[in-house]
Amino acid sequence: MITGLQAFFLVNALITLFAAVKVVSSRKLVHAALWLVLALMGVAATFAMLGSRFFSVIQVFVYIGAIATLIIVAVMLTRNSMEDVGPQVNRGWWLPLVVVVLLFVGLVVVLSGWGDFGLSTRTVGAEGENVMELGKALVDPNGFVLPFEIASALLLGAMVAAIYLATDRKEGKR
Amino acid sequence: MSFWIDPINFVIAWLKGLLESWGLQPGLVTFVMYLIGAFVTTLLAMLLVVFLIWLERKLIGRVQDRLGPNRLGPWGIFQTFADMLKIFTKEHITPDGADGVAYNLAPVISVGAVLMVWAVIPFTATVVGVDFNAGVLYLMAVGALGEMGVILAGWGSNNKYAMLAAFRAVAQLISYEVPMVLALMIPVMFTGSMSLQALVKEQDIWFIFLAPVAALIFFISSIAEVGRTPFDLVESESELVSGFNIEYSGLKFGMFYVADFLHAFTISLLFAALYLGGWRGPGAEQYPMLGFVYFALKTAVVYFIGILMRASLPRFRIDQMMDLNWKYLTPLALVLVAATAVAGKIVPAEMAGLRLVVMLALNGIIFAAADRLMTRRRSARRQVAQAPRPVAHYVQPAPTDPGD
Amino acid sequence: MLDDWLYLGIFTVISLFLPAAAITIAALLSPKKPDPLKTSIYECGMETVGETWIQFKPQYYVYALVYLVFDVETIFLYPWAVAYNQVGLFAVVEALLFIAILLGGLLYAWRKGALEWA
Repeated sequence: MITGLQAFFLVNALITLFAAVKVVSSRKLVHAALWLVLALMGVAATFAMLGSRFFSVIQVFVYIGAIATLIIVAVMLTRNSMEDVGPQVNRGWWLPLVVVVLLFVGLVVVLSGWGDFGLSTRTVGAEGENVMELGKALVDPNGFVLPFEIASALLLGAMVAAIYLATDRKEGKR
Repeated sequence: MSFWIDPINFVIAWLKGLLESWGLQPGLVTFVMYLIGAFVTTLLAMLLVVFLIWLERKLIGRVQDRLGPNRLGPWGIFQTFADMLKIFTKEHITPDGADGVAYNLAPVISVGAVLMVWAVIPFTATVVGVDFNAGVLYLMAVGALGEMGVILAGWGSNNKYAMLAAFRAVAQLISYEVPMVLALMIPVMFTGSMSLQALVKEQDIWFIFLAPVAALIFFISSIAEVGRTPFDLVESESELVSGFNIEYSGLKFGMFYVADFLHAFTISLLFAALYLGGWRGPGAEQYPMLGFVYFALKTAVVYFIGILMRASLPRFRIDQMMDLNWKYLTPLALVLVAATAVAGKIVPAEMAGLRLVVMLALNGIIFAAADRLMTRRRSARRQVAQAPRPVAHYVQPAPTDPGD
Repeated sequence: MLDDWLYLGIFTVISLFLPAAAITIAALLSPKKPDPLKTSIYECGMETVGETWIQFKPQYYVYALVYLVFDVETIFLYPWAVAYNQVGLFAVVEALLFIAILLGGLLYAWRKGALEWA
């Protein structure tokens, strides 16, 4: 007998996987982006089931609010590729399928050796995850302060690169 | 528990007792209670819109020296009901070549995203949907869904105006989220929690006094998020005809209208909760209903200011709107977060009076400095603008030789 | 604690269901008389020329990119803001460094003219 939570997990996982498959198989690019939004929502719901409010909300905020929007904008800006005609798969489609199935089986075999494999649920904590502890760890010199600062430098690099790529250099220096 | 002290919880407890007396399982009772709670909240929010539309038409009418609706019922209060009945029976016209999924999903998402905010708002000391410990980020996440609605509507309508509006939505709604998130960070810093109920409870001194500039930034950027005048570039009548909702008719158009009014009211609710102390006031702890009244009054004041802004300011041009965000509000918010963090550590929270003075002074200095810089930039630009320059770059095509 | 999610889930479903139901009822009530002129694309009375999904300025994309970077950076700052009352001045200095780098990125975008609506 499965509990309500498990049933919900299964349904949610199926929806997420279906959406993920539709992302790559939709012929209209914007529809693919919309399916991506649904898939990301499913991931957010998975975070929610693990009891992690912070990450579930961030999943929606960053991935749907920013990244999916960015993808939709990129799709809207590309002309003449709104619809994909032509076949969806090429002749070697069975090879990746075999590889993926093997990979999945391998992962299950490896993970089943892990002690907590049979655990039905594990929530992050009694009160959900502790954002305060996370914040402390991020700025703790013995914790993650270096990754914290490097993350900001990395994002600066991303911004510089994005602007370099996106600005029209044909106009010459401003 | 007496009815008069906390009627909402009284009703909730009564309903719960009733359901349990029917012999339902505890889990099912919770489920049914949640279902009823969510349904009542969303339904009340939707019905409130009827009143809001009337109020706004009346107020805007007064500002413009008109009477506003005045025929149906006292002060024309039934006008909106008549409009509602009319729009309910209007034909739904789907434009040629519209993208079915996106076109029909957009109005639903627009309204839904606004309604979802109501799940975390603390209405009184005891009545709150979810006391969600990532509440502030939840607000932003749900706001992102609302943007998705506008983008879908613009893209799905197969109309160039709507498409242009979708792009403007991307530029505007997304950009203004940055200063909004940063402005919300300051109350979170003071409180040490992201739950809205905790934020309200922390406000022994309203945050508008501890962080007035952050409150201003939040107010401006949330009006931009709603997309109302002076930020109504997404649906500007004079250039995009109606923008993203141009091809919508019947109740599908009505839903965008509902979303607009409800969103405007919801940001007033949020402003009142985050910066004006929410339900707090004398006696609100003992008599939760009193807190509800305070909350409603504060919200009404903010909403009124929003309507006055709408009635009195002209629309921004798109470059002005983007400049205001990226070159003014965002750097200002960043500097403000940094300065508040330092000042808050130097003057600890125990010295509440001194802290208030320091914060007020700090905000005043930062605002004055930002204003000064802004004025200088503006005058520099004005000097540039005075020089004559071509309106458009039109290049005469070279005459082609017919012999080629 | 999962009860919270149950409420949020129910609330999400209902807040999407309510407008959808209203539109469905209205669609059933309203007349359906499509004609080619009525369903044609509105463009102030002109016939539309070409397809709708024409190419717009890539400028919009730059804003979306800059927004994405800021979005991720603020997410890093939020846990720090929650822990603010519990950490020392040193942690504040670290966050200041973080914000300074963020501000540096903004200034770079500004200087490069990426924020200019040209």
